[in-house]
Amino acid sequence: MSETATPEQGAEIDDQSKRDFLFISTAAVGAVGTAIAAWPFIDQMNPAADTLALSTTEVSLEPIEEGQSITVVWRGKPVFIRHRTAEEIADAVAVQANDLIDPQTDADRVQKPEWLIMVGVCTHLGCIPLGNKAGESRGDFGGWFCPCHGSHYDTSGRIRKGPAPKNLPVPEYSFLSDLKVKIG
Amino acid sequence: MDTNNMHPVMKWVEYRLPVFSFLDHSLGTQYPTPKNLNYWWNFGSLAGLVLVIMIASGIVLAMHYTAHVDYAFDSVERIMRDVNYGWLIRYIHMNGGSMFFIVVYIHMFRGLYFGSYQAPRELLWMIGVFILLAMMATAFMGYVLPWGQMSFWGATVITNLFSAIPLVGDSIVTLLWGGFSVDNPTLNRFFSLHYLMPFVIVGLVVVHIWALHVHGSNNPTGIDVKSEQDTIGFHPYFTTKDLFGMGLFMMFFMFFVFYAPNFFGEPDNYIPANPLVTPAHIVPEWYFLPYYAILRAFTGDFLVYQVISLGGLLMDAKLAGVLAMFASILLLLFMPWLDGAKVRSCSFRPIMAMAFWIFVLDCLVLGYIGGKPAEGNFITIGQWATFYYFAHLLVIVPLVSRLERPRQLPDSINASVLKAAE
Repeated sequence: MSETATPEQGAEIDDQSKRDFLFISTAAVGAVGTAIAAWPFIDQMNPAADTLALSTTEVSLEPIEEGQSITVVWRGKPVFIRHRTAEEIADAVAVQANDLIDPQTDADRVQKPEWLIMVGVCTHLGCIPLGNKAGESRGDFGGWFCPCHGSHYDTSGRIRKGPAPKNLPVPEYSFLSDLKVKIG
Repeated sequence: MDTNNMHPVMKWVEYRLPVFSFLDHSLGTQYPTPKNLNYWWNFGSLAGLVLVIMIASGIVLAMHYTAHVDYAFDSVERIMRDVNYGWLIRYIHMNGGSMFFIVVYIHMFRGLYFGSYQAPRELLWMIGVFILLAMMATAFMGYVLPWGQMSFWGATVITNLFSAIPLVGDSIVTLLWGGFSVDNPTLNRFFSLHYLMPFVIVGLVVVHIWALHVHGSNNPTGIDVKSEQDTIGFHPYFTTKDLFGMGLFMMFFMFFVFYAPNFFGEPDNYIPANPLVTPAHIVPEWYFLPYYAILRAFTGDFLVYQVISLGGLLMDAKLAGVLAMFASILLLLFMPWLDGAKVRSCSFRPIMAMAFWIFVLDCLVLGYIGGKPAEGNFITIGQWATFYYFAHLLVIVPLVSRLERPRQLPDSINASVLKAAE
């Protein structure tokens, strides 16, 4: 075994750079391999195929009268659908978007002005804002009010006052017919 | 260890696996311990006791619990009503969580007062901070398992904290949830991790004790052991004292288990989780309240926020609150260097001792505010208390420890004991 890698004490190593290269490349290949092997163990935590398969919901808008709101469940989260009155639409359109915490015009947030569809989860820390049922507080701007930390949303679901950083998010949706909508 | 007097069976084992001499050197007559340790030094062994009780009761509960959103709540109620002694075991586990934090918080404040984190025990202290973090993760996930309203909404609020991270926040939250909201995949993984984490804590505790045994316990005078006169064997003196403390502690613990089992809990958690209705007032368990108060202190108009975010340019208030909350614990890792004093114990540092007690009070104020709704004066008080928390760690400790002139130290531990006896 005297021919192998470890030289005699004090002996000159004349191939140091080759040894460094072998050491570093072996370590690098090992590290990359370990990282690749770790990925399945991380990615298994992401939504599974059956969870993703439940990701659309169809809703009939027929029973919702003007001024009424309903809550439907989409991906385990509440989605607010409000049939807005002309007055509520006018309020929402009249606001100067540039003055808002999260600037968005009402037109950016609806496909048909009378139907406001958005995810009913407060963008602060995920509570469900009040204001979808008759008799609940709608906050200072006639839209929704989150009781957890006091965020006020307007009739377009935009954040107007309180700690929430963003407007209530608008999900992807499409009208299948005039009174039928597919969310997701 | 003298093996000649051993029972032949012990001798046979000792020759092959020297477990008896190992114990004797770890907890026995051969482990020299400062002879002046007071009752504040009981809380380390108490924490170990609670950890064992939590693992034992938890393993039993897992035999009856069902980690599924449709059955979790009912399976816990079944444990309470139908499983033999299920009520007792669950109440032990539930209150044991609170006991664990009471004991560990006292243990940590003990370390802060007597300067136990100072050289050469920095790593010992830092491992302790990691144990606290592991305990917090374990407790949080455990609280989700009964799948009541507070379980669900606590999980929602806390996991949403990660959405504050720029760019990847939302992907991280989806990864944690395994879906688009807190749901069955979340409950399953929390159960798995809640079962795993206690054993991680056991591992950390082993390292913690290993580090402890290198230089031995600190003591109320904070001065080093200089001769054999300063120490006595751990056994029988401190084994006895620890056992006595455990007796008192178990009376305290069992008072809650038998007479006020829901004292530390929230009534809302006896309502099954409903993803469509948020409780009016979400509060975490009491041991998280100070951190929750720090999180909520960061609103757009909070002066500290305005300063650290350069007037709101650097980050939004939500991210600032999340960072401050994590910083409030991670800063403790740097205590050995924030404190520049040559003397460990606050018994000889009167100004530092006063600062310590104000800091304790500040933590209690934060805890009180964390349990109150975020409105009116509670917000202002919470912001001042948050400001003071960081001022203590980042300004008061570094300055006072370097400027204060300590009192005359005793010549040795032995001398201080003899003087006290006069």
